[in-house]
Amino acid sequence: MKISTSLTRAARFALFGVALSGIAAATPTAQAVAAEEVNLYSYRQPFLIEPLLERFTAETGIKVNVVFANKGMLEKIKAAGANNPADAVLTVDIGRLYGLKQAGVLDSVKSDVLNANVPANLRDPNGLWFGLTTRARIALVSKDRVAEGELTSYEDLADPKFKGRICIRSGKNAYNVALIASMIANHGEDATRTWLEGLKSNLARKPQGNDRAQAKAVYEGQCDIAIANTYYMAKMQTNDEKPEQKKWADAVRVTFLNQGTDARGTHINVSGAGVLKGAKNRDNALKLVEWLSGDEAQKTYAEVNFEYPVKAGVAVADIVKAWGDFKADTLSMEEIAKQREAATKLVDQVNFDEGPTS
Amino acid sequence: MTAASATVSTSVRARWRLDLWSAGAILIAIMVAAPILTVIALAVTDSSDIWQHLWSTVLGLYVERTVTLMLGVGIGTLVIGTGTAWLVTMCRFPGSRVFEWALLLPLAVPSYVLAFVVTDQLEYAGTVQSALRDMFGWTRPQDYWFPEIRSMSGAVVVMTLVLYPYVYLLARAAFLEQSVCVLEVSRTLGKTAWSSFLRVALPLARPSIVVGVTLVLMEVINDFGTVDYFAVRTFTAGIFDVWLNMNSIQGAAQLSSVLLLVVLVLIVTERAARRGRRFHHTSTKYSELPSYRLRGFNAVLAFIACAMPVLLGFVLPSSVLASYALKFYEETLSADYLTYVANSLTLSASAAVLAVIIGLFLAYAVRLSRGPWVKIAARTASVGYAVPGAILAVGVLWPTGAVDQALSWLGGHFGITLGAVFIGTIAPVVYGYLVRFLALSYGTAEASLGRITPSMDGAARTLGANPMSALSRVHFPMMRGSLVTAGILVFVDCMKELPLTIILRPFNFDTLATFVYQYASDELLEESALGALTIVGAGIIPVILLSVTIARSRPGVR
Repeated sequence: MKISTSLTRAARFALFGVALSGIAAATPTAQAVAAEEVNLYSYRQPFLIEPLLERFTAETGIKVNVVFANKGMLEKIKAAGANNPADAVLTVDIGRLYGLKQAGVLDSVKSDVLNANVPANLRDPNGLWFGLTTRARIALVSKDRVAEGELTSYEDLADPKFKGRICIRSGKNAYNVALIASMIANHGEDATRTWLEGLKSNLARKPQGNDRAQAKAVYEGQCDIAIANTYYMAKMQTNDEKPEQKKWADAVRVTFLNQGTDARGTHINVSGAGVLKGAKNRDNALKLVEWLSGDEAQKTYAEVNFEYPVKAGVAVADIVKAWGDFKADTLSMEEIAKQREAATKLVDQVNFDEGPTS
Repeated sequence: MTAASATVSTSVRARWRLDLWSAGAILIAIMVAAPILTVIALAVTDSSDIWQHLWSTVLGLYVERTVTLMLGVGIGTLVIGTGTAWLVTMCRFPGSRVFEWALLLPLAVPSYVLAFVVTDQLEYAGTVQSALRDMFGWTRPQDYWFPEIRSMSGAVVVMTLVLYPYVYLLARAAFLEQSVCVLEVSRTLGKTAWSSFLRVALPLARPSIVVGVTLVLMEVINDFGTVDYFAVRTFTAGIFDVWLNMNSIQGAAQLSSVLLLVVLVLIVTERAARRGRRFHHTSTKYSELPSYRLRGFNAVLAFIACAMPVLLGFVLPSSVLASYALKFYEETLSADYLTYVANSLTLSASAAVLAVIIGLFLAYAVRLSRGPWVKIAARTASVGYAVPGAILAVGVLWPTGAVDQALSWLGGHFGITLGAVFIGTIAPVVYGYLVRFLALSYGTAEASLGRITPSMDGAARTLGANPMSALSRVHFPMMRGSLVTAGILVFVDCMKELPLTIILRPFNFDTLATFVYQYASDELLEESALGALTIVGAGIIPVILLSVTIARSRPGVR
């Protein structure tokens, strides 16, 4: 019969499709069945954290399954509901940690180890998230063209004497948003808007590139002052594969801002972790976070990634030590996170990313 | 059985058959459209004040930038794609045979790779400006003027170079599918070669070219990586800002829905402009296409016109990548490189096959149906291309999660603990690819079907073929080239695809693109150059195959 032939053919077409997606679904994906493991969602790039995770597995026998993405994780956790396969989250920037907390996906953790290792201002009071490292947002100033003491504070960045001399990445970058948020927390929105306008008119070029690119621009003579995170500086200083980056680093001087006796200290941000609600491997997840706050992991963070360990007594890398000690802003991380939206809007209002000409 | 009852039963049968196609098409369309509908649903669940903020600050700028970018890339790809397609199809000049396939090569280059390479060469510290400074003794940026690379024009150039192959591909397929009779008639009626091209060939190929340009425009709209790199603040940049900095996926979904609306308007406008002007091929009689032999100055011009896009869009990025790869191969080789290659190939191939089958099915169902519903469903299903990948990924997550939860609930009734069935496998990735790239296969299939005159269907049906056998015995052979084109387009695009893959993939699962991205996201593309080069390399083979298939697709040419 005609109908049935046409039907079966159509059905075969459809079945083929279904079969294909079935094959796709059945392909092994190292999903969690074995006893000792922990499933990790990471906002940090694998090449940064793999050495740490491998050592954790070697020491504890707990396998770490990891997937990296720098956006969409929260939605992935929420959409899966009770079926969410992830046990813990690893991330940079307080904004993300706070976002996860606000969304209610983090579980409260009581751990004497974590409470002892992580200072109170770098963790959530209810144990929802824990800072694991800090990084400071500093000025990298030209050794030739900026005198010692010429730039001492974030507020100075708006001073007209720096017109056409500052390079910075997009105002919408998480680290800049956090910096602007800390300005709002300290000075209020109106004063920060004026400051941001001043900074914008001092820019040498339209905001672009990453932190490293700003130091490169100082080296190339496009500007005199670059704003960057500390670990970028150390990575340029030690880059044997791309020796030209050592030249960029040589051209600049590390300058911690707001260091005077009455000053509030340099703006810092954290990388951190949290255990997820409904984690199937909760014990292992907690073990992982605790381990990351321990001596060995903290030392690795310091020496491989050039971040500042949160645990007291763990030494920073020699090259980082050479920049000298600094006073960090003690403003609570959550206070910064709460001002992020306002900071983002200010960036729009002053049209910061259009650069100095508009 | 009387004659009357036989007639009745046939007509009932015909209607029933028709409904099965329509029902199937609508069902599939709904499945494919689910993530897009999710985005729209997310958009209406929230009434935050982002619009007021955006309206009073940057919305106008976003719109202006997006429109400028669309115009620039749209015109650029139209001119380069159609012009070169016509040259290599109709003219013979030195290298024209090579250009036939070489012009497709930039398709294999991810736009973020080209963006990185171009910036690396042309920025202040890049090779070009450094050489200029050495040559003229300049020392400071204030000493001379050089165009800002991280700008709108940089973005237009880069996107044009990687996207023109869409237009080239579809235009060339259309030029090859056209019957030479009309061109000969046009020439015998006294038209020049130019005016035959403009008045006859171009209108005939218009549906395909329009599909190509529409695909390009959608790609421009959804792009985030390239515009972000060039610091061009488009609407899509705004979407990510609202999502990630203002913590509002709902706000981001609202902005994305506006993009969807723009795309629908674009499609509808084009259809309206074309209404009543349909062009079909009335015969499958084809003879060898005439080739105009170009000589002298014209040949040189044609050569340059074809060589430039290939040089800039392919040779430059691949050679720069190769030179990085020679220096930084360790990072790639020490990683699980072969697994990444296998993962990329598996995902892309399964998505390509599925996309072609579903695209053809939908296009044919639209052709069979009388009412508007199938058409509306099919079109809704193919707008996923215009949504930024990461937002679409969120749209994929919710339906997948819902199905998982429903299965768990169902399993619970039978005492089975299912856990996550789909989330945490590669199924959502393939699903995401399908949603995103269906526009490619559906659009191509639709355009190709559109060039087959309906009287063919009539003839086939009169001769006793049912819709299925008409499709497989009449339409399919005529569409073969276009369908392979569609499959390869989807394949190559999946190889390069990033945001869906990165968000939807399971644990411990990397593809070439995600591996490259962990470095590229921090502007360290050099360190993963070998991986990036492999993406390009893996794209070349299908692209060359593609060109061969298209050249052979011309009926009558063996």
